[in-house]
Amino acid sequence: MYEGSLQDLIDALGKLPGVGPKSAQRLAFHFLQTDSATVQNLANLLLEVKQKVKSCKTCGAVSETDSCNICNDTRRDVSIICVIEEAKDISSIEKTREFKGRYHVLGGVISPIDGIGPDQLRIKELTSRVTNEEIKEVIVATNPNLEGEATAAFLVRILEPSGVLVTRLASGLPVGGELEYADEVTLGRALKGRRQVS
Amino acid sequence: MPQYRDEGIVLRTQRLGEADRIVTVLTRNTGRVRAVAKGVRKTTSRFGARVEPFGHIDAHFHIGKSLDILSQVESFYSYGATLSQDYAKWTAGQAMLETAERLTPEEKEPATQQYLLLIAGLRALIKNEHDANLVLDSYLLRSLSLAGYSPTFFECARCGDEGPHRAFSVEAGGTTCQECRAASSVVPAPATIALMSALLTGDWNVADASELKYRREASGIIAAYLQWHIERGLRSLRMVER
Ligand SMILES: [Zn+2]
Ligand SMILES: [Zn+2]
Repeated sequence: MYEGSLQDLIDALGKLPGVGPKSAQRLAFHFLQTDSATVQNLANLLLEVKQKVKSCKTCGAVSETDSCNICNDTRRDVSIICVIEEAKDISSIEKTREFKGRYHVLGGVISPIDGIGPDQLRIKELTSRVTNEEIKEVIVATNPNLEGEATAAFLVRILEPSGVLVTRLASGLPVGGELEYADEVTLGRALKGRRQVS
Repeated sequence: MPQYRDEGIVLRTQRLGEADRIVTVLTRNTGRVRAVAKGVRKTTSRFGARVEPFGHIDAHFHIGKSLDILSQVESFYSYGATLSQDYAKWTAGQAMLETAERLTPEEKEPATQQYLLLIAGLRALIKNEHDANLVLDSYLLRSLSLAGYSPTFFECARCGDEGPHRAFSVEAGGTTCQECRAASSVVPAPATIALMSALLTGDWNVADASELKYRREASGIIAAYLQWHIERGLRSLRMVER
């Protein structure tokens, strides 16, 4: 336990994902020993990111404008949507170079035990895109684990009445993992071999 | 490092750091255990799929300072693989897992009966012999009963006066006579009380033959009864598709 602002900083850092109490203390002392200009620069960047970066009104990806680069790109296929859990999954799929459509970020997965249901995710936004845009196919690329599967099952049921083709990544991705950790070749193969689920 | 081996059902997993998870397991002999599973979020992990909720596993645990560490895991069965294909059943199963966690409040306090009940409940859900909501409500009543909160459906919960009685009170712990009747009582249909009693004792002939309106009423009362005995509400129960 330290006094005042140092302890406050340790506590705040300790709340960051993946940072335990020991790492929080190490980071706090690191800042203490760093010159003011460097710390000032980091503080500015944190604020700037918070002010400038919003989410795309259409797909929910991070963007500095109302519409992200992918949604704006006229070369992309507007008839296919790839549904992902989090914005960071876009880079995993982009790296495969197998997908030319646009994205839809759910903002998580259905997890009743954590109090996250369909209403807490961007599912209404997805159904309205399917109704209002000329969508032919929705690829559900939630993580290949149980919550991802259950969320996919829910999406299939919700999207079925619209008549849109719903597909899921091919098996081959190890069950239980997360897209973020899949290699490009495996993920690319899973995208190519996607199977119809609706 | 000292270690132990036990079988159990994975109740929940939480992300830890970059690629690990904290896994909560209800074990047959050791009670509820929280342990770290290292590297399981990577798609290359050997036992990633086995340590997911609903997984029935045979595991080796190393005793750690704060949390134990899962060192070896074999899978008996993954109830989740089946349940996740059916949203209504999956949400019912989630409510069972959360209840099992909340009704085993002390870590490592043996709760073998709760463990066996959970397995029976999950098995009943995937076997499709009874309506998923009935299976869930039966599980909730029995789990409460094992935790020491068995409601009465015949005699008066307060004075023991022989029933049948019409009033039911969550606070009093079941049906009450006219004298003991609590202000917060409800008066359910007699068929609803009979249904709840059947669900508690496992009389499936009566339960399966019940009408939907009584099932709905019973579900509401059982949910209220559960919330009364669990400190913070049960998050997953609200999301069960009734
Ligand atoms: Zn966009
Ligand atoms: Zn009485």
